[in-house]
Amino acid sequence: MAERQAMPLQNPEERTQNFNEVALGYTEEQARAEASRCIECKVPGCVEGCPVNIDIPGFIAQIKEGDFDKAIDTIKLTNSLPAICGRVCPQEVQCEQYCVLAKKKQPIAIGRLERYCADYEMGKGVNAPVKPDSTGRTVAVIGAGPAGLTAAADLAKAGHSVTIFESLHDTGGVLTYGIPEFRLPKAIVRAEVDYIKQLGVDVKVDYVIGKIKTLDELREEFDAVFLGTGAGLPKFMGIEGENLNGVYSANEFLTRVNLMKAYQFPDYDTPVKRGRKVIVVGGGNVAMDAARSALRLGADEVSIVYRRGEEELPARKEEVGNAKEEGIVFSLLANPVRILEGENMTVNGVECIKMELGEPDGSGRRSPIPVEGSEHVLDADVVIIAIGTSPNPMIFSGSSGLETNSRGTIIVDENGKTSLDNVYAGGDAVTGAATVISAMGAAKIAAKAIDEYLKA
Amino acid sequence: MPYKIIEKTELAPSVHLIKVKAPDVAKAAKAGQFIILRIDETSERVPLTIADFDATEGYVTIIFQEMGKTTKQLARMSFSDELQDFVGPLGTPADVRELGTVILVGGGVGIAPVYPQVKAYREAGNRVISVIGARNESLLILEDEMREASDELHVATDDGSKGHHGFVTDVVKEILDSGEDVARIVVIGPPILMKVAAGMTEPYGVETIVSLNPIMIDGTGMCGGCRVSVGGETKFACVDGPEFDAHKVDFNLLMSRLALYRDEESKCLEDHDHKCTCRGEN
Ligand SMILES: Cc1cc2nc3c(=O)[nH]c(=O)nc-3n(C[C@H](O)[C@H](O)[C@H](O)COP(=O)(O)OP(=O)(O)OC[C@H]3O[C@@H](n4cnc5c(N)ncnc54)[C@H](O)[C@@H]3O)c2cc1C
Ligand SMILES: Cc1cc2nc3c(=O)[nH]c(=O)nc-3n(C[C@H](O)[C@H](O)[C@H](O)COP(=O)(O)OP(=O)(O)OC[C@H]3O[C@@H](n4cnc5c(N)ncnc54)[C@H](O)[C@@H]3O)c2cc1C
Ligand code: FES
Repeated sequence: MAERQAMPLQNPEERTQNFNEVALGYTEEQARAEASRCIECKVPGCVEGCPVNIDIPGFIAQIKEGDFDKAIDTIKLTNSLPAICGRVCPQEVQCEQYCVLAKKKQPIAIGRLERYCADYEMGKGVNAPVKPDSTGRTVAVIGAGPAGLTAAADLAKAGHSVTIFESLHDTGGVLTYGIPEFRLPKAIVRAEVDYIKQLGVDVKVDYVIGKIKTLDELREEFDAVFLGTGAGLPKFMGIEGENLNGVYSANEFLTRVNLMKAYQFPDYDTPVKRGRKVIVVGGGNVAMDAARSALRLGADEVSIVYRRGEEELPARKEEVGNAKEEGIVFSLLANPVRILEGENMTVNGVECIKMELGEPDGSGRRSPIPVEGSEHVLDADVVIIAIGTSPNPMIFSGSSGLETNSRGTIIVDENGKTSLDNVYAGGDAVTGAATVISAMGAAKIAAKAIDEYLKA
Repeated sequence: MPYKIIEKTELAPSVHLIKVKAPDVAKAAKAGQFIILRIDETSERVPLTIADFDATEGYVTIIFQEMGKTTKQLARMSFSDELQDFVGPLGTPADVRELGTVILVGGGVGIAPVYPQVKAYREAGNRVISVIGARNESLLILEDEMREASDELHVATDDGSKGHHGFVTDVVKEILDSGEDVARIVVIGPPILMKVAAGMTEPYGVETIVSLNPIMIDGTGMCGGCRVSVGGETKFACVDGPEFDAHKVDFNLLMSRLALYRDEESKCLEDHDHKCTCRGEN
């Protein structure tokens, strides 16, 4: 059996000096060679592993034949954002995990093939969609992240008149403000949004629902409402020194860098502190993105401080690998206990404690326990806290009756319907911070339910 | 969606008023709230208090002082120019209720955010004593409007060119010492003024409220950049405030966080001034 095709990458010395995309994408030859490794299982596990059930063997067979147009059509039957998913989905715990070749650690590179097809189509120019006949029904979609964009696209395709309300000045949600350019070029997000606008969706940015209009008002104005407001509220650790100058939430750091383009300062006006020694607390995708961004901003050393071990790192394997290759230092089994104060209330190092892993907790992961007396100080002038986010309660402001659970997430039934009659929800706002593809999957289910509700 | 400037006036040297067409913001606006604007694609997002609004005409008034690049750029815009973004109303509205006698204090450009509150407190049935101050007479803004809107107006200037020679806090202290039964004091101005005022009123036990102005980005609670410490607890000024109990605010933290990007800001401004001189705009 042929080896899995490696992804061509910008070399590490070069890429840490720029914000251009790291993974360059397969060539046609590579895509066809990778596709031809597929053994076409009778009962393919990969499809089950895909949250939106793409016909994976189908599109791979079409790549084998060199029919990329058909392949992208196959993907788009169930996934409206393939250029994005091909780049950011955690395939190793989804489709690729269930590939029979995964047993030999050589699963088909399904995500990379998906990306190849999407990029092929984009390079060729996407055909403008045909606007369907109008049903005369109206839907308000709150939030222009993957959930909102997916719901809007499906509802517009069903002929409903859709308006998206987004609080920031740009669309894309986390895809725009969180995930950096070097992992997901913003031109790709923009192209997807343009496609949705061509479907007739009206996009209103600078609209903070709960402030400029309440949910109650939107429920009156529109026949139905979809909430795709995400989980954008940053968590802090509650340790000493967390308000010092130079301590950022990952959200603030990444928003400055990505949304406000601080990496192009002073051509763009928004600044960000360029640390010499940067410590990022956390082990997820967000932590990797923050660390790799800090490195590109010119830091001498960037360390990830994570309280569990390598195996437990929740980030995509591929990105952990990329981060290591770039020279990010991993201080595993360690946790900050306080941030030390230097001159003028700035950061002057982080005191950490060593951790060891105990019994598995509720989530099935082994819980970390501090090792007494193992405190030590790591040098740092910038600290970025990437320990998670929770849903932003802004949306509830000025309206009532929307039920949430103790973590602040919106309660929905299996169709994405909330406790309010014509209000549906999906994505991180319902699940807490999760993945792009799960947000899209939930939005599709809700869009279908909204369509049925409006037709009833 | 661009937002048109429908009026612009210079109120004092380096202090400008603009009215911006933003009907939905104007409809929802309340005293004490703010907006965030972005001039164009490369600009910062800058928070400014809503100084006035007209829901029928669909505009919002803001008053700002030239500080750095963005506010200087804004100062050079004129009638019918457009702002790329204008988000609001943000923040929790001022908690305006009928309390009795209320002192409203505005220092410098802080008079602008105080003005809508004077009107709101008066409408709610309070007796409003306003105290406004500036470095000198020429920097004093909205004096006529404030006189018109208040039951009583006091003026102070640092150099004595108008009214009391000294700080607004001296005037407030005099009122408190005169035995006036004051239910609440609201102070808006430079952080140092708010800090001094908080220290001055505390022994009198009069509820004192300040409007904090930390550096912000989104203004919706999603970045935490605007965090302030109030009564030992971390709060996000953009959503939990901007108004807080003055006696509980850690002003030193606020002031140090405001200075975080001083080097970058002067770089930005230098580049900007340089470009302007080259283009012969200045
Ligand atoms: C740095 C980072 C890296 C990540 N990397 C990956 C990855 O590699 N792979 C992966 O699968 N997932 C990744 N994720 C997670 C993924 O991005 C999210 O799960 C996904 O974006 C959730 O989509 P959503 O549409 O539910 O919410 P969001 O993308 O958060 O979008 C919500 C939108 O709603 C808007 N909004 C919120 N409140 C209001 C309001 N009141 N009025 C108007 N608008 C409002 C917000 O501004 C935002 O634009 C990452 C997340 C981060 C932060
Ligand atoms: C809720 C709120 C309401 C405000 N209302 C008014 C008002 O009504 N009138 C007025 O003149 N000013 C107001 N300000 C202050 C105003 O936002 C700043 O003066 C402005 O951002 C300066 O931008 P600049 O580019 O011109 O200057 P810069 O050179 O960027 O900065 C000058 C100084 O302004 C502060 N500052 C910089 N960026 C920001 C930012 N994004 N947010 C907040 N402060 C910043 C810093 O202390 C900095 O040292 C308010 C601030 C807040 C948070
Ligand atoms: S400005 Fe971002 S949370 Fe307040």
